Amino acid sequence: MIEMMNANYAAARAAKLARVDVTAVYPITPQTSISEKLAEMVQKGEMDAKFMMMESEHSAMSALIGASYVGARTFTATSSHGLALMHEMLMWAVGARRPIVMPVAARTIGGPWNIWGEHHDVITERDTGWLQIFCENNQEVLDTVLMAYRVAEDPEVMLPIMVIEDGFILSHTVDIVDVPEQEKVDRYLPPFKPEYPVDVKNPMRHGGLMMPDWWTEFRYLIYQSQEVARTKLLEAEKEFEAIFGRSYGGMMEYYKCDDADAVLVVAGSAAGTAKEVADRYRAEGKKVGVAKLRVFRPFPAEEVRRLADMTTTIGVFDRSYTYGDGGAMFNEVRSALQSTGSVMKDYVGGLGGRDVTVKFIEWIFDDLLRIAEAGKADRTVEWVGLKDGTGRW
Amino acid sequence: MYKTYKDLPAEPVASQHTEDIMTGTWRTIRPVLNEDKCIRCYMCWKFCPDMSMIVEKEGDYPHVDLDHCKGCGICSNECPRGAIRMERETL
Repeated sequence: MIEMMNANYAAARAAKLARVDVTAVYPITPQTSISEKLAEMVQKGEMDAKFMMMESEHSAMSALIGASYVGARTFTATSSHGLALMHEMLMWAVGARRPIVMPVAARTIGGPWNIWGEHHDVITERDTGWLQIFCENNQEVLDTVLMAYRVAEDPEVMLPIMVIEDGFILSHTVDIVDVPEQEKVDRYLPPFKPEYPVDVKNPMRHGGLMMPDWWTEFRYLIYQSQEVARTKLLEAEKEFEAIFGRSYGGMMEYYKCDDADAVLVVAGSAAGTAKEVADRYRAEGKKVGVAKLRVFRPFPAEEVRRLADMTTTIGVFDRSYTYGDGGAMFNEVRSALQSTGSVMKDYVGGLGGRDVTVKFIEWIFDDLLRIAEAGKADRTVEWVGLKDGTGRW
Repeated sequence: MYKTYKDLPAEPVASQHTEDIMTGTWRTIRPVLNEDKCIRCYMCWKFCPDMSMIVEKEGDYPHVDLDHCKGCGICSNECPRGAIRMERETL
């Protein structure tokens, strides 16, 4: 059924469709309306779930780990400082192998105070072991939550997944969303059956002490599951397409990348803007393409390397900044491409809620085409739109 | 028990009873009971965090389960008569 809703409501509706058993939430901008919608649906009796109001995000994640041990399908959502407060429990969720699905309305982290959208909070958590999927629009948020449960609860994966929606840009913007029928979702998503549930008839110790002699091996199992998750994600999407007729190009979507002179790697909602600009440039005969980085963890290194066969110049748009030699996303892409000899450049922008406009992306494509012609990048990192008085923007 | 990572359960769970895990190897000092001083109040039995002070039946002197005692010394500290001395473990 076609409805109008923002990405937060889409995520909450997906939780209802997935028949979530336990949801523990603590509201934070821009995720608050997910919590509100969940509360409303549980209160009205539309959603048969236990709704827990916690005193912090740290507690919310802890509660879900506990609920997941018993065999409940669990759901929460957070943003920014809430995600940072969860940090410790995020790692515990991975180590305990709990398949929790959590939409994150990506927002910048203070100080100073700023509530607007950016990827810094989720990029910061990239090393926790959570799978991370960036969404481009509201429909993709709803669909990805359903896919995420299927992948997370696969007995060979058993890892938590973040479904990332850009704060405000998606979370508070109303768009057309096709909400699938409950019986279709039930066909797609079997009930969650953990291998080692908490069961009084079969006592087990969960989360006990692990000595150095087997710690490495358990971490290796997580690494293995991350690798298996690659194929599981593709399978889940194929199955999704068969039932619902929608798909999102797997780990990485190549938009007009074959024969391109320059390609921009983008994650999140900016990919939609970049595709729009690519269409206009193609109409003018300028050969540019967009590679939408959909899955960031596990990192699609093979898919990124395929770009080297299509183009010589690759730009990466980082909607966050980590103070290394370029942004985090740029460094991941660069290490995947290290042996290919591609010319690369990092574009940092859209920080703290600053809009990524058509003009902004056009500047990046113009710069990339200049680099493609010159055959080398003029610098590693470009802060696009920086008010530096040069009048370049 | 396990030989390689392939034998491990997918989740870090243990079905082993804690009785099977010999924490006695952690010990550097051991409690030694002086029965002449002991008044059989069983404070040591009550306070032992590892249930390693064993009292078979009412009226017996307690004895130490050295397979599980970690040598924390709480029993010695709580004993109202100073009947438990912590002795260094030697090889």
